Parts: sequence; structure tokens; C-alpha cells
Amino acid sequence: MSDLATMQAIAELVPMGSRVLDLGCGDGALLDYLHSTRNCTGYGIEIDDANVLACVKRGVNVIQLNLDEGLALFDDASFDVVLQIDTLQHLRNAEVMLRETARVGRLGIVAFPNFAHWPNRLSVLLGRMPVTRRLPYQWYDTPNIRVGTHADLRELALHNGLKVLDSFGIQEGRSVRFAPNLLAGTSVFLFTR
Amino acid sequence: MTLIVQSQSLHFDEPLLLQSGKSIHDYDLTFETYGTLNTDKSNAVLVCHALNASHHVAGVYANTDAKIQEKSTGWWDNMIGPGKPVDTDHFFVIGINNLGSCFGSTGPMHINPDAKKIYGADFPVVTVEDWVNAQALLMDKLGIKVLAALMGGSLGGMQALSWTLQYPDRVRHAVVIASAPNLTAENIAFNEVARRAIVTDPDFHEGHFYDYGVIPKRGLRIARMIGHITYLSDDVMNAKFGRQLKQSLGLDAAVKVNSQAGAYNYSTLDVEFQIESYLRHQGDKFAEYFDANTYLLITRALDYFDPARQFGGDLTKALAIAKAKFLLISFTTDWRFSPSRSRELVKALLDNNHDVSYAEIDAPHGHDAFLLDDPRYTSIVRSYFDSILNEISLKVAA
Repeated sequence: MSDLATMQAIAELVPMGSRVLDLGCGDGALLDYLHSTRNCTGYGIEIDDANVLACVKRGVNVIQLNLDEGLALFDDASFDVVLQIDTLQHLRNAEVMLRETARVGRLGIVAFPNFAHWPNRLSVLLGRMPVTRRLPYQWYDTPNIRVGTHADLRELALHNGLKVLDSFGIQEGRSVRFAPNLLAGTSVFLFTR
Repeated sequence: MTLIVQSQSLHFDEPLLLQSGKSIHDYDLTFETYGTLNTDKSNAVLVCHALNASHHVAGVYANTDAKIQEKSTGWWDNMIGPGKPVDTDHFFVIGINNLGSCFGSTGPMHINPDAKKIYGADFPVVTVEDWVNAQALLMDKLGIKVLAALMGGSLGGMQALSWTLQYPDRVRHAVVIASAPNLTAENIAFNEVARRAIVTDPDFHEGHFYDYGVIPKRGLRIARMIGHITYLSDDVMNAKFGRQLKQSLGLDAAVKVNSQAGAYNYSTLDVEFQIESYLRHQGDKFAEYFDANTYLLITRALDYFDPARQFGGDLTKALAIAKAKFLLISFTTDWRFSPSRSRELVKALLDNNHDVSYAEIDAPHGHDAFLLDDPRYTSIVRSYFDSILNEISLKVAA
């Protein structure tokens, strides 16, 4: 989900000048973009050696940590925004990390692939797991250990007592406000404690 | 191309007030430099050494015997030099020998100008902060107001960190590797065992062994042996030595079990296992060149370092004053300066909103990993110094 349009759509949700924590920041592209276009400061968290190196190359602050070990390093409400962009689906403790995101950030933003997007539904209806641009993996080698839908994430957020401030889908870099659970490949939630 | 280097010394008459309240005057600081200082003096990098290293960071000393020349390779030559991760084609790198050491700068084996005799045990206790103050005086003499970077591993990392607190306006970047905000009780305990080994050696003579023409080598050997164990990981030691017997070295497994060479000697005194032989060799080598009083002084400096102490143990408060950007690196199998200690530093830096990047390298070599080549480690350092270089050239352009 590194395409520019999607990155811009996410960035627009981040208030100017925010102190940002990006959980699973990849190569640091989003933080770099937030820094240069929205005057944000902050840190990325990454587990992967190559991504950590990529961040250092870009001059993006990166902390090498395994998110499945929790966010003990960070105090309550110590960041304006905590981002979890395409990270949730890789985490063993996805629910804990959702709560942690809300604890550490005054605003949490989660984006992840929406399994209920219609092409996925169609694929399953035809008896096969979907392999798409958004979910390009075969079922047996996918790094996505959590598969959920836009509707599922809303349930999980409410179940954990989080206040959903906004939610929508992103498809082809555009916001999808109408029936996002059906019409968007990416689900986005803004929430707070 | 081999980098041929020379060490230099500068003399300081003025007394340097030490943390203990004592002072030292008429002392020398020995150092080496690599690369060229640019015109606006913005590319200087100071490398701080750990327990048993020196100012001789990179390159070799000229010698007509190639073998001797090769043997004189600097202790961080894999990291620093022309084309290396810290590239001396672009950076002006300084290695400095700390006060109290035994490689050139004034130490306990030198003459105390007040008493007109060898310092020995009378050499004042020096701390990390004292070393940093002395290093700053040397930077003054070299005309370097601001360092592009401070860099060090282990005790060297403590000095780099301390620079950012003592001279926050003189440090742009601090690269702190395999280090800690202070020593744990276990760590102090290891130091104490090493010190007791030296002090209880009959040749120690209360630290004035120079007067007796002897060296407390037995103590030094044991100090080095225990130190060496703690710098390695269990896995690496097993991989390297396992339960291999000294006399069966090089024989294959079947021969070892069946032949005389593979049999135990049933002796408590002989070197039986290969690891014993290795440790004894390391100890012997060390006792030939390292000063006993220096070992006591440097381990004490390690014990005392604790910048949070004057802030009631609050590391976040202690690091508030820093202005540098930080790169921290730790190694997963380092149990002497474990990743959790580096994470404490990361947390304190985060709390202060300081710029910090942190890499935790999954290397098998224990604490020693900071001196070894691991592409994940060296490429992070290289990239970080590339970004420092970009900053410098942007500033020149502007």
C-alpha cells in the first residue's frame, strides 16, 4: 500500500505538526512524507532488518522492536497520532495492539486490507481464497495472519471501548464513503480512547 | 590500500579538575587522526575507546616487516578508514587515549610531577565525565568546536552519551553501540572479581609494583579471563570450543574417542579443555601489555558512570539536556550490555522527543559483536554516517 495516492489519503488524516508513532513503518516512506508535507515529527517501529536500514538511509527515526512484545516503551498519550498502516494483519496480538494504539496515541489510525471487498467475496463464493493486488499472497504463504473486514474492525473497536471518530474505505487511492465494506480494498479507522 | 598512521601527543599544563575533587596537571593526551579536517571544521568524528583499547582505532603503524605492520592494525579498522562505514575519505576521525590508560596518555605508570615518583596507586580516580572533559580540551587544541559525531561501543558508548550531556552544543550526532546508561549489579560484580584478582596478587604491592620491578601478571591474567568470558555468548563459545580437548585438536571425532589423544588426563592442573587453553592464552597475552592499575581505574570508571544518579535515578530527566541526534545499536546475544539496557536509553530519548534510531542486531557473538563484521550492523553505521555527510554538505551549500 505504498502507492502515493493511498499514502496521501492517510496523511490527510494526520493533523499538521503532529508527533507521530508509526507502528510497522516499513521503509519509512509515510513518516518521510508526513515530515516533509505536514511538518510532523516522530518515530517508526520496525522489526525487519532491511526496513530498519531503509529508514536510517532516509533519515527517518526508527526503533527496531517486535510489536508482539507490546509498547511498554511508550507512555500513555505520549503521541498525537499512532499509525498502524497495514500492520494489524501481521500481529499475533492484534487486539492488544489496537488497545495499545489507543493508549499511546491521542488519535489512532488503523488501515488494513478489507477482506469483505467484493472481489474477495466473489473469489470465496467461487471456492477459492482471493489473490489480488491488495492481497497478493497465496493462502499458504501469506504473511497476513489476521484476515478481517471493515465491519469486523468496527466490532473489535467497540468491543474494546474505543470511540470511532471516523471510518471509511480507500480504493484506488480514493476515499469510499458508501458501503466501504463492499466497495473498498482498504479499510481505515480513526479512533480514540 | 593500507592506511599508515602515526600517533601524536599534546601536553596540558593547566590542572584538570576531576569529579572526585582532585585534579591532575602536566598531563599528556595521546591521539591519532585519520582523514582531513574540512575548512569549516564540520566533519570531525571522535571515537571513544572501551576497557582495553586505545587511540589506535584504524590503520597500521609503518614497519618494514609486513607481518609486524599487519599486527599493528587498529582495533576498529573494520569500521573506520578509507571507504569503510565511517569513511575517512570524508570524515576527519580522531581516536584518543584516555587519562589513566596505558597506551600513551598520562597514566599510573608515569611520573607524578608533584611527588616526583611514579603514580602507581596514587593516580587519581578518573570518571567517564573526566575523560570527556579532557577530550574536550583536546578538541579545543585541535580547533574543533563542534563534533559531527561521537562514536563508541561499550564504555566508549558511555563517553559518547556523556558528551551529549556535558557538551550538548558541541555534538551533532552520538553513535552509542552495545552500551548502557549504567552498570547493573552483576556487571559491577564481574569488575570486582577482576579487581580482586589483581589486588590480591602478591606482586601488586598496593599498586606500587613498579618500584619492585615486578608486574602482578597472575591477577591480570585472571581479570582478563573472566572479562573475556563475559564478552562472548554461550553459543559462540560452544560453537568455537565446545568440549573439545586440547590434545585432540584437529583430530576427527572417531579418532578422538578411540585413541589416546581423546582420553582425559584425570588431572586438575593440566590444561584439559580447549577453552581453558584459549582463556589462558588470552590472559597471558593481556598480562604482557596491560597495566594493572589501569585495569582498576577503567573498571571503576565503568562502575561509577550513571548520569541519572544526580536526577534521582530518572534517566529521562538526565537526558533532557542533550541536543544531539542518536543512533543506538545493541546485539541480541550481548548479556554484558544487553539490548534491554539500550532500550532504557531509547525510552529516555523518546520521552524527551530527541531524534533517535535504534537497531537491535540478531548477532551470535555476544558483547564482542560490536567489534566484528556483520553486514546488518556495518550497513546501518554506514548509512547513518552517509546521512551525517549529507547534512554537512547541505550546510556547506547553504
